[in-house]
Amino acid sequence: MNAQLLLKLVALGILACVPLTGESFYTELIAKTLVLAIFAMSLDLLVGFTGLVSFGHAAYFGVAAYAVAQLSPKYEAASLWFVLPASVGLSALVALFVGLFVLRTKGIYFIMVTLAFAQLAFFVFHDTPLGGGSDGIYLNVKPTAEIAGWVPFDLDNQQHLYYFILAMLVAVYAFLSRILQSPFGRVLVGIKSNEHRMQSMGYMTFRYKLAAFALAGGLGGIAGFLYAVVFGFVTPELLSWHQSGNVLLMVILGGMGNLVGAIAGAFLFTGMQEVFATWTKHWQLVMGSVIVAAVLFLPGGLAAIPGRIKRSLQGGGSNE
Amino acid sequence: MTTTFKHIRNIALATAFAAAGLTSAQAADKVKVGFMLPYTGTYASLGNAITNGFKQYVAENGGKLGGREIEYYTVDDESDPAKATENANKLVKRDKVDLLVGTVHSGVALAMAKVARENKTLLIVPNAGADEITGPLCAPNVFRSSFSAWQPSYAMGEVMAKKGIKKVVTVTWKYSFGLQSVEGFKEAFSKAGGKVEKDMTLPFPNVEFQPFLTEIASIKPDAVFVFFAGAGAAKFVKDYAAAGLNKTIPLYGPGFLTDGNLDAMGDAGKGVQTTLHYADSLDNPKDKSFRLAYVKAYKQQPDVYAVQGYDAAQLYQAGLAAAGGDASKQDVVIKGMEAAKIDSPRGAFTLSKAHNPVQDIYLREVQGGQNKVISTAVKSLADPARGCKL
Amino acid sequence: MDFASFLIQTLNSLQYGLLLFLVASGLTLVFGIMGIINLAHGSFYMIGAYLAFVLASATGSLFMAILLGIPLALIFGAFLEWALFAHLYKRDHLEQVLLTFGLILIFEELRSLLVGDEVHGVDIPAMFSGSIQLSEVLSYPVYRLVISGVCIVLAVALYFVIQRTRLGMMIRAGNHDRTMVEALGININMIYRVVFALGVALAALAGMLASPISSVFPNMGSHVLIISFVIVVIGGIGSVWGALAAALIVGFADTFGKVLLPELSGMVVYIVMAGVLLWRPEGIFKKG
Repeated sequence: MNAQLLLKLVALGILACVPLTGESFYTELIAKTLVLAIFAMSLDLLVGFTGLVSFGHAAYFGVAAYAVAQLSPKYEAASLWFVLPASVGLSALVALFVGLFVLRTKGIYFIMVTLAFAQLAFFVFHDTPLGGGSDGIYLNVKPTAEIAGWVPFDLDNQQHLYYFILAMLVAVYAFLSRILQSPFGRVLVGIKSNEHRMQSMGYMTFRYKLAAFALAGGLGGIAGFLYAVVFGFVTPELLSWHQSGNVLLMVILGGMGNLVGAIAGAFLFTGMQEVFATWTKHWQLVMGSVIVAAVLFLPGGLAAIPGRIKRSLQGGGSNE
Repeated sequence: MTTTFKHIRNIALATAFAAAGLTSAQAADKVKVGFMLPYTGTYASLGNAITNGFKQYVAENGGKLGGREIEYYTVDDESDPAKATENANKLVKRDKVDLLVGTVHSGVALAMAKVARENKTLLIVPNAGADEITGPLCAPNVFRSSFSAWQPSYAMGEVMAKKGIKKVVTVTWKYSFGLQSVEGFKEAFSKAGGKVEKDMTLPFPNVEFQPFLTEIASIKPDAVFVFFAGAGAAKFVKDYAAAGLNKTIPLYGPGFLTDGNLDAMGDAGKGVQTTLHYADSLDNPKDKSFRLAYVKAYKQQPDVYAVQGYDAAQLYQAGLAAAGGDASKQDVVIKGMEAAKIDSPRGAFTLSKAHNPVQDIYLREVQGGQNKVISTAVKSLADPARGCKL
Repeated sequence: MDFASFLIQTLNSLQYGLLLFLVASGLTLVFGIMGIINLAHGSFYMIGAYLAFVLASATGSLFMAILLGIPLALIFGAFLEWALFAHLYKRDHLEQVLLTFGLILIFEELRSLLVGDEVHGVDIPAMFSGSIQLSEVLSYPVYRLVISGVCIVLAVALYFVIQRTRLGMMIRAGNHDRTMVEALGININMIYRVVFALGVALAALAGMLASPISSVFPNMGSHVLIISFVIVVIGGIGSVWGALAAALIVGFADTFGKVLLPELSGMVVYIVMAGVLLWRPEGIFKKG
């Protein structure tokens, strides 16, 4: 067993102990962070591995969250085994559709166009009967995991919900790691480093990018689904460009192209938010300054720090 | 043995959390009141007025409610529905307050009502008018000291129909407070034979009204019913006058259109008639003493929001007193609140079965920089509480 | 809709579109010439509006506020370029997005600390506060016509600067090939600074002009920012004329959308953008 794997298992063990403290407020906070970590990993597939800087990823998060709220009957529980795949599938479909448009563009255009489509989705839920206007809608009853009378776990129970989220996090992590090892994943990484070369090698890069875009949308949908279940309330703000910016921030804080980094980024982001908010009501000023300073002085994100320390310890940092 | 162990464990836990700054250690003997109100953003002044009003009553009552000292916990809800559940949980789950007070924004208040229902925390809504709070989402532990969106608007529908107005255009922000206000108005207005030509909406808090004004001019209705509040309301009234529409088509709406905005409107507001459960020139001794004390304490004039905060404290006082100051006897507290007759600056009111005030709605007109009472539009108007099973 | 209303809505569309052009022209120049994506551009609009509010309350006149505000905005823009953006030219777009996202948070909080979170109105200068009677019930505020007039004058001036002056020549050259400009011995850093400051000033001016009609409120820049992105996407990056055409398209789509398709009003401009993307992914006016 290598050291890295051991470290991951220890971290998982610590996370698994959180609900045992009985502090329901903090359990919920960590649960939210885990949801954001799934969200950040899904975006990392695009930004970190495929080189597609999507600035509208909150749209897929929000579509799935709204799907749960709308697919559930008003005062009864929907079946988890129906609403989970349905809402995640819907997110992936929307991403597939949007991808057909946005992947025709590159660079700055891509950033702006993904943002604009997310804004379009925002207005769909804000202005049409599909959403509940700017006030949002409730998920009054959480989905039930019942299968023919047998209830393996109960999402209304905070501990069960927490472990369900943790299990989803591990599943998404394992799935993405597997994908990235596969030939498909290698093509994506190849597109990031040099798309023209991949094209000249005969790969239809558009299709690969589209598949990645839809996949990331679907995985982001898992996060959106969980968010709606945890908080029981969805608003158009979930699709706002600030959310897209925040998740991008998590990915970058943790260092792009690194799934564990994305998870760490989510924890760092919520941690900063909570800590700064207790210091001052103008916490965004501190947050903004940290971001600006990080870009100016810390290219490569948090994940680059160990490498930097190692290099400076070896005295070899000067001629990189 | 086990008790000692538990005791030691509790001390250890408490020390750990106190050291980490997670819980405040003292306060075991005080009643915990949590304010979740907007202290930043568009509604910041409303949040402050509600807080001031609440604290004023507590001060008048010797710094206590139901004979118990009060410890305040405060969370700024930023009027952001996306953070509402989390913010409410901070007060309910982290600080474990006995009473939750909030808030202004209807969307945020709905999320709070949900948290309160799930955790059985007592909630008093000191402003937000969303009909659902005392309608389909009503609950034994959820109260409101303000109004439902339906109330002032329904009254306005009756008033306008009585004036012989037949053809109306409505304009509002597309959020539940605005839409429900328009619904309430239409209910009374259509029942009396009036006709709504067109409903126009724009996203909150957009204030570019020009295309709508042009549209109103081309429809030429007898009158316009609008719901706006705060700075957007001032802007609408000014733009309406700048477009020359106020000369031919009178403007009506719920009182939020002109409350707290009269300075910003200037002459444009003159003669606008609105309906609300409070006004500037009410002739009752309670209001006079309330206003004097408020001005003395906060160096500014109170408004309807301060009244609602004040009455929230009165309401809780009634409940706590009934339970002899024991906040943990929640069902007794609730009984006490339900039975209370609140001596409010707006005029005395009681609560409906759904826990919404049954109150007089006044017709007011803007005169000399004040919302002057013209008449009582509807006496003891109760919200229909549709969908409430209490 | 009768003909008079149609004409008035056309005036409304023109005025809105021209104002958007002021914001978007700076954005598209900074994109095109410096290759920088600047999310904080909407904040300059917000800063302009708050400057107008603060200076107009201090001096008692919106004129004075604008006269003082423009040089302040230019200096502020030059300073930002020197302090922050100059370090971003060689970074990738992602880092530009991040830094400018951080800037939005900083600008909004500074605004909150310095001016507060209240919504403020700004008075229309007395000489423009009248209205012109257009139909029996409706009059059109003179100030809106003034805004359109100022924007048209600025658009012509911008055309003149870009087509006829040495600075404009360098800007056009820089837009096509920055290495060539450097090879010609032109100080590219100076051009960048001037263009950036100009972009900031144009956005701030738009905010100042709009302050009496839109009010001054927190986060007022974010909607303008995203609409400006849409305009740049439709018009083509770096094309000032594309931005003008696209801004007018958006102005018309938005105004008439509000009246004719109120349910879809928020979406109309994005649907237009999606259509343009299908037709010409690089924008209407992108050459080559």
